[in-house]
Amino acid sequence: MSDNTNVTRTNQTSNVTRTVQKENMPRAALAPAVDIAEGASGITLFADMPGVSKERLTIQVEGDNLTIEGQAQVDVPENIELLHSEVRSPYFRRSFTLSRDLDPAKIEATLRNGVLQLHIPKSEEARPKRIDVKVA
Amino acid sequence: MIAFAPGIDPKEIEITVDRGLLSLSGERRSDPSQGQQGGQTNTYAQERFTGRFRRVISLPEDADPGKVEAKFRDGVLHVTVAKKESSKPRQISVS
Repeated sequence: MSDNTNVTRTNQTSNVTRTVQKENMPRAALAPAVDIAEGASGITLFADMPGVSKERLTIQVEGDNLTIEGQAQVDVPENIELLHSEVRSPYFRRSFTLSRDLDPAKIEATLRNGVLQLHIPKSEEARPKRIDVKVA
Repeated sequence: MIAFAPGIDPKEIEITVDRGLLSLSGERRSDPSQGQQGGQTNTYAQERFTGRFRRVISLPEDADPGKVEAKFRDGVLHVTVAKKESSKPRQISVS
């Protein structure tokens, strides 16, 4: 008898931990395809995030970590029955580590036709400088 | 029909209907602002697709090729093909 109660109790606790884990776990996310290029002024990042509107997009910088995430929303008319489905409304998320040479305070973001463009300028100290040689 | 087409100018998408086949085609060019920064540019990642694409879908028999509508928003293309009037369910009243 006591064994039985023990078993049920452990089952219950494991159930509880499982639900807690589920809540804490990040949502299943799709990593958007990106292009990253570095120029003299900084880094430009392009990410494909179709179906994500400006309101549902978040860009966060925490320390040297940059995270972009957004929920794509595909409006399907109500009275329609799906015959074939390849695209659902994915949740996009991707994180990047920023170099210390970059200035995260001056990130510029634009969203156009489902493509997010981020420009992360280099901090003043990290920019290539040309030093004029004075002729004495 | 809904298709993801991020970064494509809506004017560059070609939608044609021919004998029950709906075809979508277009080209995605690399962003003009890319590589425009002057000087040397180092590319760290290039995962996004560039080039021409084409997708052909056969339409059901009751689709009306004369009534195709297309919308584009946030990189998502919505194409609506209406059903033919004759194939819509009708109620026939008994006189």
